[in-house]
Amino acid sequence: MNNTRQGISKGIDTTILWLYFALVTIGWIAIFSVEYRTGDNAIQKILSFNTNYAKQLFFIGLSLIVGVFVLLTDSKFFTATANLAYAFGIVTLLLVFPFHSHIKGTNSIIKVGAFNFQPAEICKLFVALALAKYLSRLETNFNKTNSHLVAFAITLTPSILAIFQNETGLALVYFSFFIVMYREGLPAWYLVLGFSLIVLVVATLLVDKNILAIILTTIAVFVIYLLYSRFKRYRRYTFLVVGIWLLAVSIQRFAVPYVFDHIMQPYQVKRIYAAIGKDYVPKDAQQLKELQEKEKGKKKDESDYNVKQSKIAIGSGGFLGKGFLKGLQTQGDFVPEQHTDFIFTAWAESFGFWGSFLLLGIYLFLLLRIVNIAERQRSAFSRVYAYSVASIIFFHVMVNICMTVGLAPVIGIPLPMLSYGGSSLLTFTVLIFILLRLDADRQMVLR
Amino acid sequence: MSVFNQSRKNVIRLIFLAAFAVILLQLINLQLVSSKYKKLAQENAILRKVVYPSRGIIFDRKGKAILDNTTMYDLMVTPSQVKGIDTASLCRILDIDTAEFRERVISAIIKNTRNRPSVFSALLSPDKYAKINENLYKFQPGFFLQERPVRIYPFNTAANILGYLSEVDSNFLKKHANEGYQMGDYAGMTGMERSYEKVLMGERGIQYILKDNLNRPKGPYENGAYDTAAIAGKHLYTSIDVELQKLGEKLMENKIGSIIAMDPKTGGILALVSAPTYNPNLLTGSERRKHFNELYRDPALPLLNRAVNATYSPGSTFKTLQALIGLHEGVITTGFRVACSGAFYGCGGGKPMKCLDKGVFDLRGAITISDNTYFATVMQRVMNNPKYPNQDSALAVWDKYMYAFGLGHRLGIDIPTEKRGHIPTPQYFDKIYGQGRWNYCNFRSVSIGQGEVDVTPIQVVNEMAFIANKGWYHIPHLVDSIEGGDKFGLLDPYKKVITPTDIPDSIFEAVHDGMQGVVERGTGIGAKIDGITICGKTGTVENYYKGVKQPNHSFFCGFAPRDNPKIAIMCVVENSGHFGGTFAAPICGLMIEKYLKDSISGDARKANLDRLSKLNLIPPRIYKELRTRDSLDHLKDTAYLKKTGYWKTTTDTLETDDEPDLKAEKTKSRKSDKDSSNTPAKIKPDAILPDNKKKATKDSINI
Repeated sequence: MNNTRQGISKGIDTTILWLYFALVTIGWIAIFSVEYRTGDNAIQKILSFNTNYAKQLFFIGLSLIVGVFVLLTDSKFFTATANLAYAFGIVTLLLVFPFHSHIKGTNSIIKVGAFNFQPAEICKLFVALALAKYLSRLETNFNKTNSHLVAFAITLTPSILAIFQNETGLALVYFSFFIVMYREGLPAWYLVLGFSLIVLVVATLLVDKNILAIILTTIAVFVIYLLYSRFKRYRRYTFLVVGIWLLAVSIQRFAVPYVFDHIMQPYQVKRIYAAIGKDYVPKDAQQLKELQEKEKGKKKDESDYNVKQSKIAIGSGGFLGKGFLKGLQTQGDFVPEQHTDFIFTAWAESFGFWGSFLLLGIYLFLLLRIVNIAERQRSAFSRVYAYSVASIIFFHVMVNICMTVGLAPVIGIPLPMLSYGGSSLLTFTVLIFILLRLDADRQMVLR
Repeated sequence: MSVFNQSRKNVIRLIFLAAFAVILLQLINLQLVSSKYKKLAQENAILRKVVYPSRGIIFDRKGKAILDNTTMYDLMVTPSQVKGIDTASLCRILDIDTAEFRERVISAIIKNTRNRPSVFSALLSPDKYAKINENLYKFQPGFFLQERPVRIYPFNTAANILGYLSEVDSNFLKKHANEGYQMGDYAGMTGMERSYEKVLMGERGIQYILKDNLNRPKGPYENGAYDTAAIAGKHLYTSIDVELQKLGEKLMENKIGSIIAMDPKTGGILALVSAPTYNPNLLTGSERRKHFNELYRDPALPLLNRAVNATYSPGSTFKTLQALIGLHEGVITTGFRVACSGAFYGCGGGKPMKCLDKGVFDLRGAITISDNTYFATVMQRVMNNPKYPNQDSALAVWDKYMYAFGLGHRLGIDIPTEKRGHIPTPQYFDKIYGQGRWNYCNFRSVSIGQGEVDVTPIQVVNEMAFIANKGWYHIPHLVDSIEGGDKFGLLDPYKKVITPTDIPDSIFEAVHDGMQGVVERGTGIGAKIDGITICGKTGTVENYYKGVKQPNHSFFCGFAPRDNPKIAIMCVVENSGHFGGTFAAPICGLMIEKYLKDSISGDARKANLDRLSKLNLIPPRIYKELRTRDSLDHLKDTAYLKKTGYWKTTTDTLETDDEPDLKAEKTKSRKSDKDSSNTPAKIKPDAILPDNKKKATKDSINI
């Protein structure tokens, strides 16, 4: 695979390809270590196709075949069909509502033949294409609020639909497109505002509400003092400061409690509380009852238990790790959902800190490489698309690993290329291979 | 247009880097810094299972096991697998109702989770075991039987010597922190089980077992590389003669007191009876706690080992020692004579000490008929010995003799709770009367073993061994040898010959003469056996309980045969009334005959044995206390019922003033216990719930 060769491999970025293979291999090894027990005949199990690592091997093969098809496709195809694909995605998402199958805890899956098809998972690919298409239009002026709103609509429509399908994790992924929009000129204050809001919400949960109000007031008074003593030119902003202060206090006093008590599901609130290390007891008796009802069947507080076991497994790895297939936590099935969302724990226990460092390094290298590739594109479409890919992968890796190490609430989203599951692997493969195709053809695009 | 935003690529890179740095920091925290997770991981995945070795067995001098191990069975339950079994038939076998069944399963889940087995019914009785074993297939896999090694006592004897095992408490764990005990273990609490715990317990093994998320064992960790094997406890070979012990216990039935028989040559105890005693098998098995409570609350104190833990004034048995001191100090000779005109007037007026037989006696005669005046005079001469400047120093010399004879301090027998007794010192009298303001006449009753002197039975038998051996003894002990050698040096003190004085044989011969006379024609004639020369001494001990004079204790001590002593013996029957010769002497006679001749011969003596063993000499005081205790319980129950309100409901419904049916009340109050946990459950032991039993107070009592 180098540039001297003709055919589909011409111009393909081999670095990304190698990183992709490395991640897929690591994923398969980890899935294998989760399920393999000493004495199993691995080859026989793979042939009889009844283990997850056998199925994952099949998904890898399938993904590679699809990947080759993607590379064989003309890059103009993607630009041409982006909107169509997006429409297709939205339609399938809507089709989920009447036709979804009843699979544990989710309403987001359609069964097509033998396959479970999760539109919310695949739709991010279409959003990436559609967003790229919209932003690369010559008529789009992304300095205008109008175009911001259109971009928001493109990205957040599937997100809202996913929320209605009880897939909070997948819904959150769509917020990663804000990174792309930022790169394309979205004013920074959108991000600052969003970030401040998150800080305010977390602070509301962590700090006593009166103390927080006092802190906010102190900051406001200090800022006003500065305006009057040092930066006299900006005095006219006093009202703005007072307005922000009023808004912040009302959010922390009224909006957050209202959203938590009346809009969000109790289990979601509980997970958020668990992530910041607090117990959640609903004030509303009805909700308390519902929550207890929901957790009745489970012997332990599940999300709490998952994170604890996940941290134990990672922590027990130490610097060098327990060694391949020697992780006691993995072998003892202590970590729930270890082959899917918690796959990182299997790797971290077996190979310890250096293994985790290596894995994070590969992901970071991949992300920075994609950013580099994005910046060398001539066409805006390719650039936006490349940033989309980077943002999606970044968001997945961040949220997933932060969840396993206990820094984020338990949100069920897969670790790209590692987690078991056909939908996820196929989606990321197609995402990356389209990028490779577009990048290979970057010279063909006129400026 | 987007060119203007090109610098933002660096911001994005920075965001990526920062995010990864945060994750990396947390990974450093989890994997490199914090050791908490590694420990939790161990607890998660590795089960440290203690493998218990079998405890050592205790044999008597003829190699019979007086204490053995047997296997009993616990019925275990794994709650998650209890499905579709014939609950009713299991309940029928175990004699419980389905509500109790459900309760036990629930408490098993609470204790050990539903996937781990817990005890459903501990230590099944043999017939329950047989029934369950037969029908086990019906209850599997939810129920299974698990072996439990349990102590068994084939001869139903020697409870006070052997001691019992009991679950260790937190105090014990603190004291024996590094000896491998853990909660739920059993350890010897009394008797030899306690003093030889180190030897008997063996060495525990440890197995590391891998388990999975449901706590199911999955096999050895690292193929058992870190496991250690259990080493069985060592056997003890004792000097006990189990036949003699049984005879002694039979003789002491319905009496309070003790018998000790000892080999004077070795110091090995042949029999050590403390009465009343109990069947040691009561304190094993599933009914243990109930039995223990009964024994613990018995006013006759069957759990008290009187042979080492009770102190008495020695009474006239003390005179033998007074004779030794008098002769050795040279204040008297064997020919020294004292006339008794009815009492001892050596201290002038006041309350004179009576003597029983009037006449003039030399030393031998005085011992034989136990003449009070004679020994009062002897001790007076010791105290007024011109060799010593004052009575103070004379008493100190006398004390030294007494200590040398083994009195006034713990001998160091190899069972716990030995008492030291009391020998009065000059300091002791100084405290009572003031310095220099006392003289012999203040404590003259000590001369005949009354008043300010206390001894334990084991000290008395040891002093007999000392006299029999003419000047030396071994510290009394039960264990002769330990299987595989005495690694902890536990037996070292017993191997030493102790020769505490330089009293010549001739003095001992004179005392022996007197003691032989006691049995042949004196106060101890009840101990006489044809063909065996027995030396003995009786004692009739006046005593008081809470200031009230009680019937006399009956004492006898001695050894036989005179020329080649093979057994030293003592017997005390508390509050039997009469004289020492009446009960204690014939009991000792039978014991000596049994040991030396191996059986009791002659119909007359067998009849005597029968008569003595059937004799009930338990003082009325004990029966009174028993009644008081029971009526106190009754009152307590009544008070409790009144407090909980159940009393009222019954009196409301009852039309007559008859005593309410307490049994029914108790079952009611049981229910109330379950309902309201805030009322303190102060009910008498037989109302303790089976579940409470397990949690109830620990067994260790200090006696």
